[in-house]
Amino acid sequence: MKRTIKPSIPERSEDPLIEVSLTVNGEAVTRKVSMRMLLSDFLRHELGLTGTHVGCEHGVCGCCTVHIDGKAGRSCLTLAAQANGADIRTIESVATSETVLHPIQQAFKECHALQCGFCTPGMVMNILSRFEEPGPLDLSDEGIRDMLSGNLCRCTGYINIIAAVRRAGELTGRT
Amino acid sequence: MKPSLFGYRAPKTLDEAITMLASDADAAVLAGGQSLLPAMNFRLANPSLLIDIQHVEGLRGISVEKDRIVVRAMVRHREFELDPAVRAANPLIHEVMQHVAHVPIRNRGTVVGSLCHADPSAEMPLLLTLLGGSVIAQGPQGRREIGAEEFFTSFLSTARRQDEIIVEARFPTPRAGAGAAFDEVTRRHGDYALAAVGCVLTLDAQDKAATIQLAASGIADKPLRLKGAEALLKGSALATGDLDAAVKASLPLVTQSDEANASVSFRRRALGALIRRMVVKAAERARSGSPQ
Repeated sequence: MKRTIKPSIPERSEDPLIEVSLTVNGEAVTRKVSMRMLLSDFLRHELGLTGTHVGCEHGVCGCCTVHIDGKAGRSCLTLAAQANGADIRTIESVATSETVLHPIQQAFKECHALQCGFCTPGMVMNILSRFEEPGPLDLSDEGIRDMLSGNLCRCTGYINIIAAVRRAGELTGRT
Repeated sequence: MKPSLFGYRAPKTLDEAITMLASDADAAVLAGGQSLLPAMNFRLANPSLLIDIQHVEGLRGISVEKDRIVVRAMVRHREFELDPAVRAANPLIHEVMQHVAHVPIRNRGTVVGSLCHADPSAEMPLLLTLLGGSVIAQGPQGRREIGAEEFFTSFLSTARRQDEIIVEARFPTPRAGAGAAFDEVTRRHGDYALAAVGCVLTLDAQDKAATIQLAASGIADKPLRLKGAEALLKGSALATGDLDAAVKASLPLVTQSDEANASVSFRRRALGALIRRMVVKAAERARSGSPQ
């Protein structure tokens, strides 16, 4: 006899809910979400901002990196509830316009710093945060490697990504 | 993975936070979340209630005092790393911070949170142990100060009681003229240390070690002061023979068992090499009069 597989989905979620209000890419949003919802899932599932990618969900791969109050952070290691009142910026807001890339994105394109592109949004958000930080920036190969050390890429071997960050330094005048 | 079900509260005052913490034996304190949330995503930790202290008054900021640096509970690693007053008072801190995970993690994770997580390979517990610092715990019974060596009890365990919140950590500033050094051996930059060693020392007029503090992490279930080595090196000229004896005295402290990343003999070799290098480097820095 053929077995039927029945999904066991409860009618009602037992998750306690919480109302969160935050700014995402300059826009105020309010949603009632599960207390355990991660910020990465909030961005993707509640707001449809799927540019923030989810890789490892324990802070190792860096794909989910967004800006939290102006600084790069892991959206998978932040609860949506923790982001209540915060200012969040995602990859969707980075390009200068629909047709013009941000210099960091442009540099990634020029240097062929991506293949599948899964890790790229996290890379760009991380580098952008460093470029926006006041103070000196070490754009030597060693310094760039250190900057990228929290972002994993399984395609490129990093050589072109390092070149792209150097190029981004030239394009933005931060050499 | 996703964390299992839990409640979430974000109190505004310390009293409220402590009351909430005392009300639930499975409640956990959430600061930056860079250690707790991965553990929850893996379901290694399943607190019933998270008490987010980010909005609690009075838990922000660093105070550089005459002979110590006070770091309150919501100070992020990156703040501690970049604070110019901290760097001027104790440059060792900046050097150590370069090894703590990666910048996006340091932007969120807190110094005190890392101390409370008490990973035996982590840098902050080692730094507090090396400098002979302490933490201030506040609970329903009031405040108490806990010294580093008493605070770290075992693997991911501290002397903090369930109903206490660690509100600040105190890092003593090495005396004037001291030289300090820190380094670690890791598989990849930013990983937890397979072995890490820190050294703070002062030299007398004869170029002998007047005072010396040595500590290591990654080798046992908690960070350790290398007291045998300290006793052997104090008053010595820090010559090769002195270092040999100090290393020999420290190797039995390696009690981490063999694991995929490192065998016991590898950790012993790493510990020995780091002790030698850090003592020599700290002495050079003391001699040159620049702490780094």
